[in-house]
Amino acid sequence: MTALLTFPKGGVHPPAAKELTASLAIEVMPVPDELEIILGQHIGAPCTPTVAAKDEVKEGQVIGEVVKGLGVPLHAPVTGVVKGLGQSAHPMRVSVPSLLLATNHEAAPASYSRRDWRQFGKDELLKMVHRAGIIGIGGAGFPSHVKLNPPPDNPVDTLIINGAECEPYITADHRQMLEASAEIVEGAQIILKILGIENCWIGIENNKPDAIAAMGKAARESSGPGRITVAPLKVKYPQGSEKQLIHALTGRKVPAFALPSAVGVVVHNVGTTKAIHDAVALGKPLYEKVLTVSGRGIARPANLLVKVGTRVSDLVAYLGGVKPELAKVVMGGPMMGFAVSTLEVPVTKTTSSVLFLTEDEIDTTPHSPCIRCGWCLEACPMGLEPKEVAIHVEAGRAQDTAKFGVFECFECGCCAYVCPAKRPLVQFIRLAKMKAKK
Amino acid sequence: MSVSPHVRSPESVARIMWTVVACLLPLLFVSVFIFGIQTLIVTAVSVVSCLLVEAASQKALGRKVTVADGSAVITGLLIAYVIPPGVPYLLPVLGAVMAIYIGKHLLGGLGYNIFNPALLARAFLLATFPVAMTSSWLPPLHGMSIFSRLGRPIDAISTATPLAVLKTQGMAAVSQQFGGAPTIYSTFFLGWRPGSIGETSGLLIVLAGLYLMYRKYITWHIPVSVLAAIALLTWIFGGPDYFGGDPLLAILSGGALLGAFFMANDYVTCPTGKTAQLIYGTGIGALTVLIRLKGGYPEGICYAILLMNPLSSVLDDWFKPRRFAPPLGGAK
Repeated sequence: MTALLTFPKGGVHPPAAKELTASLAIEVMPVPDELEIILGQHIGAPCTPTVAAKDEVKEGQVIGEVVKGLGVPLHAPVTGVVKGLGQSAHPMRVSVPSLLLATNHEAAPASYSRRDWRQFGKDELLKMVHRAGIIGIGGAGFPSHVKLNPPPDNPVDTLIINGAECEPYITADHRQMLEASAEIVEGAQIILKILGIENCWIGIENNKPDAIAAMGKAARESSGPGRITVAPLKVKYPQGSEKQLIHALTGRKVPAFALPSAVGVVVHNVGTTKAIHDAVALGKPLYEKVLTVSGRGIARPANLLVKVGTRVSDLVAYLGGVKPELAKVVMGGPMMGFAVSTLEVPVTKTTSSVLFLTEDEIDTTPHSPCIRCGWCLEACPMGLEPKEVAIHVEAGRAQDTAKFGVFECFECGCCAYVCPAKRPLVQFIRLAKMKAKK
Repeated sequence: MSVSPHVRSPESVARIMWTVVACLLPLLFVSVFIFGIQTLIVTAVSVVSCLLVEAASQKALGRKVTVADGSAVITGLLIAYVIPPGVPYLLPVLGAVMAIYIGKHLLGGLGYNIFNPALLARAFLLATFPVAMTSSWLPPLHGMSIFSRLGRPIDAISTATPLAVLKTQGMAAVSQQFGGAPTIYSTFFLGWRPGSIGETSGLLIVLAGLYLMYRKYITWHIPVSVLAAIALLTWIFGGPDYFGGDPLLAILSGGALLGAFFMANDYVTCPTGKTAQLIYGTGIGALTVLIRLKGGYPEGICYAILLMNPLSSVLDDWFKPRRFAPPLGGAK
């Protein structure tokens, strides 16, 4: 192996903090008494419940459907009784409708048996992925069946499985690559069959040598038409960002505002790939999630397999409570995740981690004026000008910021991470996006 | 604050500023042994004045007092480093008012000033106290006690700087007074010649600059382009014939090194883009040589930087960073 693959411009090296959980096997968390299932788990139209209060539901049964528009169905994570519609706290949208489900602890867990997926055609496989409620669970929440059916004018020739896991703290994908290597590789074979192509890269940051070895072994042992190659990547945030990952592995640049299929690539996260495997090879819908609970503010950090709808407060209770030094609770990674103000927030399909951060791990220094050091320009992987956007927003000229590329910003946070004046640059850019005209 | 990212790099404005302060201090210590205790007194007056003016300005303008961030200390050091060490103590005080109150806070405070405050102070003092600012140069002590000059009238001991000698009497006189090549290079590089504190040890300036590069606080673009332009243009135009100038002496003379490493690349007043920085640095180098060779002053880097300062934002506007990939169909 020569120089490790990576993207050429920008990026930062935040402390990985993965040692807290990297060596901990995924544990199955006991199901809490009540689940709170948000109806809008994906990008697109939220689900409409197909069950009413007091209905009995079985694990894996459809409980919500998208009536009109883009989306996937929602499934009952447990056997139990519908308690009714509720409102859930949401880190981004403040309050969203959800279904409350009372768990029947007596019921036997659903069992799924392996089936030969190779007999199915593309359309049948796509339908299985759709019906199983699969969305991009690495964070974006985009319905997977749409990604797997790219427009015919953009022929796809490469599949990339994203195992970079570049956000600090999170080890959920790392553990899945160790513990479910064969399933993920088989999932990749399923996706290759759906796309009708053979070329697949699995990109993994080089700080996970055991995962690179395990996935490489699984790829070599895999029987399937696809050629699956594991590619070690340089450790650099945001290596797992779609555009940066595609560029690192294929040298192709996805144009601004375009999808990866514009350069013949489809990208799926390893967790999504595992979910596609489960949906197709086992017939199991997506209603469980592997997530990392970490940070120095939780009594016992862990990698957990939990039911969708499990509340953060349930995670805290199971892991022995929080420490007094706890300063901030973040859903998602420390670079792009959202701080929550209550522990009564449910886990969704896209929750990859819940972090309990102490004062030492975060920075609460108030921000000061821009000193034009230009570090944000160097850190931005998209070649944008965060400092200019922020200065314009502060001067009340947010509407003039489109020329600095605010709409190409995917809010990775590199600019704000390096800013010595501690300016909340991502927040300034979000404000700019609301005001600027595309 | 609860917006992402939730983790932040340990770097801060104060950490950068205090590191620069630490990088500037060795020059001060060396200058005490070269010129005497006066340099320390002048510098102390300048730094304390800057801190007081900073606090007073911020109070008066209703801003948060941020004297602890180290930026006023840098300005104080730099004012002292670019004026003759034998000036009356009133001068650094007035310089501090000009730099901090007018040059920095009336223009919006740290981050908003267009001109390098310390150089603004020097330009102001040169215009208002032309005699003190051009004649209070001390010769090196050469073994005398650092206290030997305390209380002695300045005109009894003052001397001319090499660039002034070069300007008025020519290269032969410089060689005669300060030694011919190669002695003159080492004398200048180590700092044993008349000049301001910042004109003393080129060696210490280069070492400090390299350290700041190692810490990634500065990059090579501005210092190298400034010095390369000075060297190249002096080599071509600075001698009796074309290509007869002394490029090495040009870099080691006057404030070229201090200007290139500590003033031209002041974050606030220089461009942020790398291409823009190369053009900016080259412009400073070219103007420096123009002033040295054709202008009325022996040294030109102060005015060269002040002239290029307002072009920074224009250069940044002309040379935008390259985007990751343009949208399909071109045009933004």
